[in-house]
Amino acid sequence: MEKNQNNILEEVTTSDYKYGFHTNIEMDLAAVGLSEDTVRFISAKKNEPDWLLEFRLSAYHHWLTLTEPNWAHIHHPAIKYQDIIYYAAPKRKKELTSLDEVDPELLDTFKKLGISLEEQKKLSGVAVDAVIDSVSVKTTFTDTLSKYGVIFCSFSDAVQNHPDLVKQYMGSVVPSNDNFFAALNSAVFSDGSFCYIPKGVRCPVELSTYFRINAANTGQFERTLIVADEGAYVSYMEGCTAPMRDENQLHAAIVEIVAMKDAEVKYSTVQNWYPGNKKGEGGIYNFVTKRGICKGSHSKISWTQVETGSAITWKYPSVVLMGDNSIGEFYSVAVTNNFQQADTGSKMIHLGKNTKSTIISKGISAGQSNNSYRGLVKVIKRAENARNFSQCDSLLLGDKCGAHTYPYIKAENHTSIIEHEATTSKISDDQLFYCKQRGISSESAIGLIVNGYAKEVLMHLPMEFAVEAQKLLAISLEGSVG
Amino acid sequence: MLSIRNLKVSIKGKEILKGINLEVKAGEVHAIMGPNGTGKSTLAYVIAGREGYEVTEGEIIFKGRNILDLSAEERACEGLFLGFQYPVEIPGVSITNFLRTAINEQRKYKGLDPVPAVEFLAKMEEKKQLLELQEKLASRSVNEGFSGGEKKKNEIFQMAMLEPSLAILDETDSGLDIDALRIVATGVNKLRRPDNATIVITHYQRLLEYIIPDVVHVLFDGRIVKSGGKELALLLEEKGYEWIRSES
Ligand SMILES: Nc1ncnc2c1ncn2[C@@H]1O[C@H](COP(=O)(O)OP(=O)(O)O)[C@@H](O)[C@H]1O
Ligand SMILES: [Mg+2]
Repeated sequence: MEKNQNNILEEVTTSDYKYGFHTNIEMDLAAVGLSEDTVRFISAKKNEPDWLLEFRLSAYHHWLTLTEPNWAHIHHPAIKYQDIIYYAAPKRKKELTSLDEVDPELLDTFKKLGISLEEQKKLSGVAVDAVIDSVSVKTTFTDTLSKYGVIFCSFSDAVQNHPDLVKQYMGSVVPSNDNFFAALNSAVFSDGSFCYIPKGVRCPVELSTYFRINAANTGQFERTLIVADEGAYVSYMEGCTAPMRDENQLHAAIVEIVAMKDAEVKYSTVQNWYPGNKKGEGGIYNFVTKRGICKGSHSKISWTQVETGSAITWKYPSVVLMGDNSIGEFYSVAVTNNFQQADTGSKMIHLGKNTKSTIISKGISAGQSNNSYRGLVKVIKRAENARNFSQCDSLLLGDKCGAHTYPYIKAENHTSIIEHEATTSKISDDQLFYCKQRGISSESAIGLIVNGYAKEVLMHLPMEFAVEAQKLLAISLEGSVG
Repeated sequence: MLSIRNLKVSIKGKEILKGINLEVKAGEVHAIMGPNGTGKSTLAYVIAGREGYEVTEGEIIFKGRNILDLSAEERACEGLFLGFQYPVEIPGVSITNFLRTAINEQRKYKGLDPVPAVEFLAKMEEKKQLLELQEKLASRSVNEGFSGGEKKKNEIFQMAMLEPSLAILDETDSGLDIDALRIVATGVNKLRRPDNATIVITHYQRLLEYIIPDVVHVLFDGRIVKSGGKELALLLEEKGYEWIRSES
């Protein structure tokens, strides 16, 4: 098997390969590196229409003219874009027969998170009994959704089955030339999710539930598109509290949200990618572009994120407030420990009148990590009576970590009100001793204090995830205070 | 219950407690009085196991066991409670959540399962009434935005919930108006049992009109310079600490 792959690799890399994508269509692996052929190969592999190939190609050509952004407060060795394999058919993970074969440390974390045994098996790739197999549950979900006219499928399926919708909205919020990583994703994205809620429909289920059962497909270059038509509502959850390992170091996803008149989209994320070891080796680089547009009046988009994983997080979920009276919200908890680096925040772009935005950012840094908040609030001249409130708090554990706040404010009219508050605090010895005196161990005390600090954000998560997220916060900081 | 023998404690090389001897039996209430800065809080912290204090001599025997090697949380689980002179705020953590965590950690230490929710809530209700606490207090964050009096009541409420064998109340009376003082004292009195003990630290004898001590000690410059019955408190009030200074 391995030999076979090597042969193919060699063949692909050494051949001239101008139209090679036609003849080699049965292959599971693209050539190493990125070229126009790679892009064509991926598109052909996925049997995409011409317009999508054109979309990818123009993104690729634009990407060639860009350089990696260097303004974020992060440091990493240069990413070797020509060493990456940009397409690999989803490999089946080696299936294990029992939990005994799973890394005990991972199981320990599952246990602490209160994840059921069956789900532990699923997450760690152990074969599951037919009874609890998610297929039947998944079917039930899909049935329920289709009854309401809700489309929820993989991005690839959407391209095949709902090409008009995809064509209309894809790239309308995050253009393929938006930034370096967005251009890269637009050229080579593998798969992701598509969700469309028709006019006046309140999506009857939290799409989170679905994800838990479906164990989210987390490709390296994921792409998500959510469209809520007039008066529609959906609550969408991505990610998983269980620690996720992935051999791919670079992740560059795109999420686009469109909310039409009176529509509301609530997007929640729990990101717990492998952060690297305690010495700062390995770990995922997560460069994500997430943006929503409140296209119609009185629409609302709210982002809630709990970021505990990844070696590097570069992520600024944003809202373009185009419709009058539209609302954008961003609630974030970002934890960094050991040598993790997070540069995250939000952009609120006020274009419509009476638009309102709220940013609540809670950074928690421990170990030797670096945690930065970076935010932009922009109000154009036309956006009269716009309002923004930003609260950016940093909590430091120990004295070797760093917290930074970079708020940018641009207001072009005088009727708008923009408020920014920022605090930096530490967990005091007094607080720790107070807890310990009641019988609470240091680790539990930190968990308790940190969760109290993050409460304003956690309360915006869907119920079932809030509880897990609380445990996750505590676990992420274990061992960070002697 | 508690016996302290020749306890000497330094902070950053400076001796604060200079040989304390103290014997507290089950069922007793002891009062420790003395002017500011004589080491009352230091004594309370050292008994409770706070770090940063250097015990240079002596021992603290609690329920027949030297506890100097135990961590603060272990001592708490063994039944030691400290009512803080300055209770700290823990933003975002409700009293309910805080106490449930504390009770469950203490139960875990004793090898017990977590307290059933119904039982826990019933106990909260009972103790809230005992201390005439407002209904919504328990859902507020620990000490956050509390008045001085509310903080102290909250300390006694926690004591009532945790049911320690030995409670040390450090200046619980300061910052209380007469009504609050009466409620706190009534709470302490109602919680008195033959198998527990209380040490009340105060520098006014006012509290001792409500909580009648079996023994009163006067701490002065790191030493217990006088011990006696409850009348000692009155004498102190009358003559002032200058009297002790001249006697010692
Ligand atoms: N953390 C500390 N560092 C240095 N000195 C301290 C510290 N805590 C207490 N002290 C000193 O120890 C002495 C006793 O203080 P304390 O026990 O608080 O007295 P009391 O409670 O009787 O008012 C005082 O002189 C005080 O300044
Ligand atoms: Mg004191």
